[in-house]
Amino acid sequence: MTTATTSTSKVAADTSGGSLRFYGVWLLGIAALIVLPMIFSSGGSLTSFSLIGIAIVFALSYNILLGQTGLLSFGHAVHYGLGGFAACHMMNAVVSHGWPIPLPFIPLFGGLGGLIFAVIIGWVMTKRAGTVFAMISLGIGELVASSSLILRSVFGGESGITTDRTALPKMLGWSFGSQLQVYYLIAFWLVLSTIAMYALTRTPLGRISNAVRDNPERVQFIGYDPHVVRYLAFCFAGFFAGVAGGLAAINFEIANSAYLGAIQSGFVLFSTFIGGTAYFFGPILGAIMVTYLQLGLANLTSAWQLYFGIIFIGIVMFSPGGIAGLLMMHRPLVRAGTLWTVIPSYLVAVVPTLAFACGVILTIETVARYSTGEAINLFGIGFKPTSPITWIAAAVLVVGGAFIARLSWRQIAEAWDRAATIARDRGYVA
Amino acid sequence: MLELVVISTLNGVLFGMLLFLLSSGLTVIFSMMGVLNFAHASFYMLGAFFGFQLTKWIGFWPALVLAPLLVGAIGMAVERYGLRNTHKHGHVAELLLTFGLAFAIEEIVSMIWGKSPLDYRVPALLDFPAFTIFSTNYPAYKIFMLAVSVIIFVALLIVLKRTRVGLIVQAALTHPHMVGHLGHNVGRVFMAVFGVGSALAGLAGVIAGPALVTQSDMAASLGPILFVVIVFGGLGSLPGAFIASLVIGLVQTFAVALDGSLASALGPLDPSAGPSVLTDIWNVTIAQVAPIVPYVLLVIILIVRPMGLMGTRES
Repeated sequence: MTTATTSTSKVAADTSGGSLRFYGVWLLGIAALIVLPMIFSSGGSLTSFSLIGIAIVFALSYNILLGQTGLLSFGHAVHYGLGGFAACHMMNAVVSHGWPIPLPFIPLFGGLGGLIFAVIIGWVMTKRAGTVFAMISLGIGELVASSSLILRSVFGGESGITTDRTALPKMLGWSFGSQLQVYYLIAFWLVLSTIAMYALTRTPLGRISNAVRDNPERVQFIGYDPHVVRYLAFCFAGFFAGVAGGLAAINFEIANSAYLGAIQSGFVLFSTFIGGTAYFFGPILGAIMVTYLQLGLANLTSAWQLYFGIIFIGIVMFSPGGIAGLLMMHRPLVRAGTLWTVIPSYLVAVVPTLAFACGVILTIETVARYSTGEAINLFGIGFKPTSPITWIAAAVLVVGGAFIARLSWRQIAEAWDRAATIARDRGYVA
Repeated sequence: MLELVVISTLNGVLFGMLLFLLSSGLTVIFSMMGVLNFAHASFYMLGAFFGFQLTKWIGFWPALVLAPLLVGAIGMAVERYGLRNTHKHGHVAELLLTFGLAFAIEEIVSMIWGKSPLDYRVPALLDFPAFTIFSTNYPAYKIFMLAVSVIIFVALLIVLKRTRVGLIVQAALTHPHMVGHLGHNVGRVFMAVFGVGSALAGLAGVIAGPALVTQSDMAASLGPILFVVIVFGGLGSLPGAFIASLVIGLVQTFAVALDGSLASALGPLDPSAGPSVLTDIWNVTIAQVAPIVPYVLLVIILIVRPMGLMGTRES
């Protein structure tokens, strides 16, 4: 009896201490969202923040499928795009009918657009998981994307549907004409949907989704139908993707067939997987990084998409947990206080790894700029893509860098094993 | 009308056989290794671009042999250094790896050869009309394509059904561990099968390049159709893939050739109703619908028969 009471009080104490930190992280995030535009107030950074916010909602919705239910979809942009179209049509309808619906409620209709399609098509799609689901989602994605060009009255053909967000009824005196106000609208919906999606992972449905991902057969044994669970997860993912699409429609004041296409689907898959699917915050990291890189790299090089492909392949092959997985690997070491034993080997490995990366970049840029002859500027050093010196430098960096990096990574693995063993002995397990 | 039927049937069978060159490799790789190779259509594209480049340097006929070999070598490297290392992370990771590869290959191709279509010509030796049918000249090159596809089909059938190698491959399809216990190097069998599958895709690219468009988006446009073919036929079933290839090839070719719409069949709608979804559907021609026909077939087969036409296994 006494042991029972002590253990419950201990659990309660743990959760209260944990919950303080838990709410602290959320409040910190919200505070950052409010303060960010005051620090970086230029138009360019506001646009970037808005895009990143949309990408985060989209990536989190995708992770309901990939990370939590184990469904790999190649057509998630369908819900995003349909949400965007639904939001655009709703905005135009509000304006023409004079309904008293202000702009901040519009993403809800975007979500409904994504949800309705998921409800209709989801039952057939989620009959099977795994590779078959992936193929079907690809097929459905192509079907919707091609159909959108045929049904011109709904999707507006090539040019899409335009709208005017300032024509809607004002709310609290905000007309949403400026990018700052749009940013706060997106931030508001970002917080709302992030909390909702996090809460979803804590519900029995979220838990049984994880079980369906890991072992659908046993889920069947305990009396659940994996098909129903997959279907429900699919509908939730469709709804939040629709919200993201609605936010995008508000931000750009247009919805067109590019919203629905394979490129958009690939983009969300990249963001989510690079960020890491195993942790809730993984897709947030991924969306921030991929959107930021996309905006930054597109100005620097014509081959920026290739870099994405290479980063993605690297993550799939060497760190399937994504960036979040890499970070969380260090948690037991930090707790056990053995992280410092690994850091020297990291510092040693940085040099050859960077050299290898520079060699790869130099090779790609040489090929990309060979025909134009445009000079490559790598850390202030100019390289001519047509000169053999560049080729030799690239080859030396790639081959030498790869060789030495391999050795140094082996060192890391050994140091890591030692540190992890000590951490395990002290009782900290990943 | 008869002319249209005959020409479209010829073209449809041709397109179907081309699809089968690709889907056969994809199916065998899938049923053996459980990996759906997303980059398969990219190997087809690489075949076309290698074919174009080698034709420029050394002529079409050496290119016809060399380009598939090159693509096959790349495929083997992908299996040996990519998929084999990713295998421990599960099938989703393998699928994602090939997805990333498909993305990267498209970018590399458009980086080297540009985004616009290439001038990949039919070789002079085959640049003449084979026969004239109802006043339409049917090009000899298409007959050559058909012949190559049929020869490969027959050769594949003989190798798989009549040789010792085929026996091992078939056994490894269903019982890879047992084959390993019997002393065969299953890893090497997988690598070889992956290489041959990629080489077949490359060959399809070399011969399809001059007849269709050789462009950096050809993989992205053919890839989804290829997946429709193998899901439609039943994952892992070669006969299913064969039938599905022909069905999709024929259906799509006929759809492109037909110019009818509901409006032309039943008369135009009342114009006073204004534009709506109904008028869109009413006025669209079958040719315009052609790109979505394979996906509609996919949805129908999934509702009616979820395991595909000849499939036996559930996912």
